[in-house]
Amino acid sequence: MTVDETIRQVLVDHGRLAVPVETLAEDADLFSSGMTSHASVNVMLALEDAFDFEFPEKMLKKSTFESIDAISTAVNELTGV
Amino acid sequence: MSGAAPGGLRVGIDLVAVDEVAESVARFGDRYVHRIFTDHEISCCINADDESGTSYVMESLAARFAAKEAVLKVLRPVEVQPPWRSIELHRMAGGWSEIHLSGQASELASRAGIGELSVSLSHEANLAAAVVVGWCRPRTRGE
Repeated sequence: MTVDETIRQVLVDHGRLAVPVETLAEDADLFSSGMTSHASVNVMLALEDAFDFEFPEKMLKKSTFESIDAISTAVNELTGV
Repeated sequence: MSGAAPGGLRVGIDLVAVDEVAESVARFGDRYVHRIFTDHEISCCINADDESGTSYVMESLAARFAAKEAVLKVLRPVEVQPPWRSIELHRMAGGWSEIHLSGQASELASRAGIGELSVSLSHEANLAAAVVVGWCRPRTRGE
């Protein structure tokens, strides 16, 4: 799976979004699409499992998880891609 | 800060589904719990009926998560998102809880002139709720 596909699968499993993930644009606001703060914690932990890293505290802010683009940027930074 | 700002109240409220917290604990275990809650909060949520001391009262965890979210609504962070653990619900001997802030959460409160926070927790069926009220002191010009 690509990074984008893995992120979308994590969102399917843990994002509790109000819309189908496949309909979301890369820059769509996930919080506006129904993801709660609590769901974003699950997304964060599931991303750590999927990519085998740990988000540093400085990245634990809403903007890191606000869109697929933002998550992808964070993942790429932490995996050195 | 330039210009005077009137003091006043800020209110934050949040609801959390208890079963979502239970699912998170089941899925991610202590990683979830220790990422969000302080040692004091965790000790307040240990299930006393479980002799092993390794299970939690999910309603208590959910109410504390709701309180942290309610505090954030009072603090109104824009750029900086304080870590969950910098907002602590401290249970007092009388049974009520007080909010203790540290780090970035404390800095945000200071910047907003919030000197006092008060919290009320509740849960019913599958929902846990928290209301937080903050008092902002008036700021004078140039402060």
